[in-house]
Amino acid sequence: MLVIAQRTVDEMVEHARRDHPDEACGVVAGPAGSDRPERLIPMLNAARSPTFYEFDSLDLLKLYREMDDRDEEPVVVYHSHTATEAYPSRTDISYASEPGAHYVLVSTREPDTVEVRSYRIVDGIVTEEEVRVVAVLEPEETS
Amino acid sequence: MAIEVRIPTILRTYTGGEKAVAGEGATLADVLTDLDSRHAGLRERIVDDKGLRRFVNVYVNDEDVRFMGGLETALKDGDTVTVLPAVAGGAGEGRAGAASVRVTAGGAGVRDSAGG
Repeated sequence: MLVIAQRTVDEMVEHARRDHPDEACGVVAGPAGSDRPERLIPMLNAARSPTFYEFDSLDLLKLYREMDDRDEEPVVVYHSHTATEAYPSRTDISYASEPGAHYVLVSTREPDTVEVRSYRIVDGIVTEEEVRVVAVLEPEETS
Repeated sequence: MAIEVRIPTILRTYTGGEKAVAGEGATLADVLTDLDSRHAGLRERIVDDKGLRRFVNVYVNDEDVRFMGGLETALKDGDTVTVLPAVAGGAGEGRAGAASVRVTAGGAGVRDSAGG
């Protein structure tokens, strides 16, 4: 299950709408091991394509170094489909390289509605999961 | 040359979970061959018979080796090599194993049932 704050979902959807008809892409980083998608980082789609996305290679390096410095990991990797449903394609599955991440798909194929769905993609296997949208993420327990 | 090679999560199965390993070599190609001698199978995840794999990014310090010498990029003592799989994907040809949605060449989804 993906637990995510409403504001983060709204920002992902806004990003997808902004980049439509090109696919939008980005990550939501959170503390390593926490499964908390706290920090949304929209990324440039270097492919600028309605059917393909790729993070620019130097943006990617900068992102991972920054997450490493902050002891974070990519909790969510998101992208949009602009003419098809919010379900991982063969391409999505073959390039999914973060086994611990929630892969969120946003579909902007309809102007009046949006689909937001989440999946685990591990070793080529896709498993859809529930998305629980909360007002804010619960504060982390400090015991 | 003593080189630190930073390994992405998905390739740490080859390094016993280590996120950085040490390698030796004057070029990127040499270092990858050297690593493979201790972490069998690692090289093949980065290189195929045509060279560096398209969707695996390799950097020396702050630069992408595609803009340097590729596999022949020269290394010096203390350089850091970083490997990061591309973050990529896209609707492309559409839903994996689609039964109810066919995708045309233009990328539009068409439902077999009414309402498409």
